[in-house]
Amino acid sequence: MPSYWIAVLVGSVAVYSWKLLGYLVPKRIANNQEVVIFAGKLTIALLAALTAVQTFVAGHQLVIDSRLAAIGVAAILYWRKAPFIVAVAAAAAAAALLRHFLGWP
Amino acid sequence: MSVGVGLATGLYGFSFGALATAAGFSIWQTQVLSLLMYSGGSQFATVGVIAASGPAGILPAIISAWLLGIRNGFYALRLNSVLSVTGLVKVFASQLTIDESNAVSASQENPKDAKLGFWLTGAAVFVFWNLFTLLGALLGSVLGDPSIWGLDAAAAAAFLGLVWPRLRNLQSNLIAILAIVFTLALVPALPSGIPVIIGAPTAVGIIYALKRTPLAKYLQVKNDA
Repeated sequence: MPSYWIAVLVGSVAVYSWKLLGYLVPKRIANNQEVVIFAGKLTIALLAALTAVQTFVAGHQLVIDSRLAAIGVAAILYWRKAPFIVAVAAAAAAAALLRHFLGWP
Repeated sequence: MSVGVGLATGLYGFSFGALATAAGFSIWQTQVLSLLMYSGGSQFATVGVIAASGPAGILPAIISAWLLGIRNGFYALRLNSVLSVTGLVKVFASQLTIDESNAVSASQENPKDAKLGFWLTGAAVFVFWNLFTLLGALLGSVLGDPSIWGLDAAAAAAFLGLVWPRLRNLQSNLIAILAIVFTLALVPALPSGIPVIIGAPTAVGIIYALKRTPLAKYLQVKNDA
């Protein structure tokens, strides 16, 4: 799908632009703690929002399906300090099994 | 230390590769994301938004990735003083400026180790991240319908894993909850991908507004970052 190249290339340039910008800003502006704190907050908000969308959204509707049970499994594993890859794989397995054996959406 | 961090991070790359090809990206597109974008959160956002919205999600995907990339800019501000790089080296240092290389560099005692930690970690993560992306992409491309394999749920779990270590106090939890509430409330009304890029900044704005009220004392944290 060639149109996805736009997302890949423009997105990459957009993400890189922040990185390079950081090295070009004069050092006296660079030592402002407030901006670092702001970036930390925005990162948490974006990642939390993306988690919720990926869990509850189907098209333009909010739904409860196998993904909620799967993210519950992942949350327990993260809480028990399981590695990222283990929690992600367990969530996938939970959703796949619920769909296959119980017919959940 | 750098190789350990590189290997551990590389394993996320496997999930990224599988999710990206399952979402409709080609193996080449997936690999170019890991080579050029090279920032886990932004890459997962690109793939997650496109997986949910298809081609209509291209612009929201770019904006989400861009907003998530802001923090790399702040790492770069810090690293510019630490690395004292110039010219073409800045171009490479920029590309390797990510969560892990900054974190390892910041945890070193003396300036020499701080420099070395950045370059070694940045390079190790880059190599492993790209290698595992390729392996994941090859697997994802033969799986077919992603939901049969629970890959949609895997994407949700991946975002949860990225935000989990950052939820360390009442304030960060409150930011996360507000971002979720605002975003989900906007879902029925707005095009796909847009709720996140409005909902999340709104949540941060509310937190700054609350800090100007008497409630501020409940939001104080020791290491506010």
